[in-house]
Amino acid sequence: MIAFLINRLFQAAIVMFVISLLSFSIQDNLGDPLRELVGQSVSEADRMELREELGLNDSFLTQYFRFAGKAIQGDLGTSYFFKEPALEVILKKLPATLELVFGATVLIIVISIPVGVYSAINPSSLFSKIAMGISIIGISVPVFLTAIIFIYIFSVELGWLPSFGRGVTEHVFGTWETGFFNLDGLLHLLLPCISLASIMLPLFIRLIRAEMMEVLQSEYIKFAWAKGLSPRRIWFMHALKNTMLPVITVGGVQIGTMVAYTILTETVFQWPGMGFLFLEAVNRVDTPLIVAYLIVVGAIFVITNTIVDLIYGLVNPTVKLVGEK
Amino acid sequence: MSFLEVKNLEVSFNLHSKSLKALQNISFNLERGERLGIVGESGAGKSVAAFAILNLISRPGKITAGEVLLDGEDLSKLSSQEMRKIRGNKVSMIFQDPMMTLNPVFTIGAQMIECLKAHRKISKSNATKIAIQKLKQVQIPSPEMRMNQYPHELSGGMKQRIIIAIALLMDPALIIADEPTTALDVTIQAEIMELLLDLCESNNVALILITHDLGVVSQVTQKTIVMYAGRIIEQGPTNEIINDAQHPYTQGLINALPQQTLPGEKLNQIRGSMPSLQDIPSGCSFNPRCDFVLDLCTQKRPEFTQSGGCSVACHMVKAMKDAEKGHSAHE
Ligand SMILES: Nc1ncnc2c1ncn2[C@@H]1O[C@H](COP(=O)(O)OP(=O)(O)OP(=O)(O)O)[C@@H](O)[C@H]1O
Ligand SMILES: [Mg+2]
Repeated sequence: MIAFLINRLFQAAIVMFVISLLSFSIQDNLGDPLRELVGQSVSEADRMELREELGLNDSFLTQYFRFAGKAIQGDLGTSYFFKEPALEVILKKLPATLELVFGATVLIIVISIPVGVYSAINPSSLFSKIAMGISIIGISVPVFLTAIIFIYIFSVELGWLPSFGRGVTEHVFGTWETGFFNLDGLLHLLLPCISLASIMLPLFIRLIRAEMMEVLQSEYIKFAWAKGLSPRRIWFMHALKNTMLPVITVGGVQIGTMVAYTILTETVFQWPGMGFLFLEAVNRVDTPLIVAYLIVVGAIFVITNTIVDLIYGLVNPTVKLVGEK
Repeated sequence: MSFLEVKNLEVSFNLHSKSLKALQNISFNLERGERLGIVGESGAGKSVAAFAILNLISRPGKITAGEVLLDGEDLSKLSSQEMRKIRGNKVSMIFQDPMMTLNPVFTIGAQMIECLKAHRKISKSNATKIAIQKLKQVQIPSPEMRMNQYPHELSGGMKQRIIIAIALLMDPALIIADEPTTALDVTIQAEIMELLLDLCESNNVALILITHDLGVVSQVTQKTIVMYAGRIIEQGPTNEIINDAQHPYTQGLINALPQQTLPGEKLNQIRGSMPSLQDIPSGCSFNPRCDFVLDLCTQKRPEFTQSGGCSVACHMVKAMKDAEKGHSAHE
């Protein structure tokens, strides 16, 4: 277990290193920080002096190590726009985004497993064919279109659901600001979550269906039938557990990716999360904020992958987490 | 009435809107405690026959005709729930590859206990006791420990022993073993086969043994069925089949046994190969590979002819029998 964690930490360090390198070169190439800091009125000589002072004339490596040294201490620079530490600005928006991702993940799990399993067991049923048809459409329709269609139907035409913002939120556990614990917050979550889920959902349904159909052909499932077990036990114990093993691995990566997709969803629904903020930061060439965003998303990626590996190790007896006995 | 009577069993696979018959006209009887061998090359339909007896043919396959009577009860008329009570209980099955037969994500114990629980009301501790006792019967060392192990922690031979133990859990009257030793290391094949036979004998369990190996069949079974392209082409008492095979295909199988060949010599393989279901030749399905082919063989499917204790589906054998009869009538 310890060995596994060390291994994971090592991997995380590599990932973060690559991200920091990337972020830094973005910072280095994206516009001139001086222009953001000072106005037009400053003379060329003063600019040169300021450049020297800020270390902008140092070599790439020196600049990178200065950046990385500060980054490790959580200092990713000050947002040009907000005039606050970039990391703090991003982290304040993290809960909104995580809630969106969490909600979408729950939706995906709750829908894709029953639909995938059912259509694997009854591959030629009408339901299965409809599900497959819809999922093809779902894969090919871009998320902003789905979102706009949903807004049109449920907000504009029917007026059932709010189309933008987080609605009422409350503070729980001191600092966490959440919309999970009141109806208005939940209603606001619904459309954005559905839109975000709509990207991955068809993929998951198809993946689960394909895996399950393959598992159902396996010898151990035939043996389970020959033992006289009930169909319920065979499908939902024997087959489902084996189906979910590869799905967990793929799913973990996809959920990490979903964090990136929130940029679109949050923009369409004006959801005050990290993605929305990121897009604003790009428009304002607020490089410290962009860098902070990339690093936070990278960290989320590493964390989800670690959690997925842990779950996989728990479910699959043939994988012993290194060093565990 | 025999313990097991299979009558005219037929299985079809619906592939690309074409219906292919994987099994036709399968009929045989089996008594309690009796051992029957089913032999034939790969693709003959042996496994399909085994699954058909337990009504376990899955899409796109279907039992399209015939009946399976177990103690006089027609299994094909049972509801799926009633059929479930037979599987793993009165009739169990042993599969070819022990590496693939056990579910990798459940412990041995869980896979044994669930079988007991599926067939009778039993507490977990009692089920555990029975499972351990069966593991002892198949000579698994430290059975208590095995209960908590996963399949990947055990060797192939050990797994096949466990599968035999699972097959014996409910004290079945019939075990269908589909090539139970083929996937095992040669050194333990005999050991596992002996164990299976001992257990069948001491518990008076009937056995249907499916195998490529006529040698094994000759040693352990009382009756033999030879299958070719989905049909039975010869069946009868094992000693007659082995010592006095009538059908050219059976003779070919026997001549191909390594014991029939001197060291260093090439094995006497039957030329050609088994046709696929799509292109089964008309007349006798074996005719393209047969050394004694007559005109009739390509035109008409042979009926069964009685020869000693065997029934043989072969025109040549029939012609010879007829000639013999005619001869003795003349005398
Ligand atoms: N699910 C299936 N779909 C289509 N055809 C099948 C299916 N299962 C079996 N068959 C066909 O049925 C025929 C008999 O197959 P079967 O598995 O019974 O052969 P076998 O005698 O057991 O061979 P082996 O010795 O290789 O196990 C084969 O021609 C095979 O192609
Ligand atoms: Mg087979």
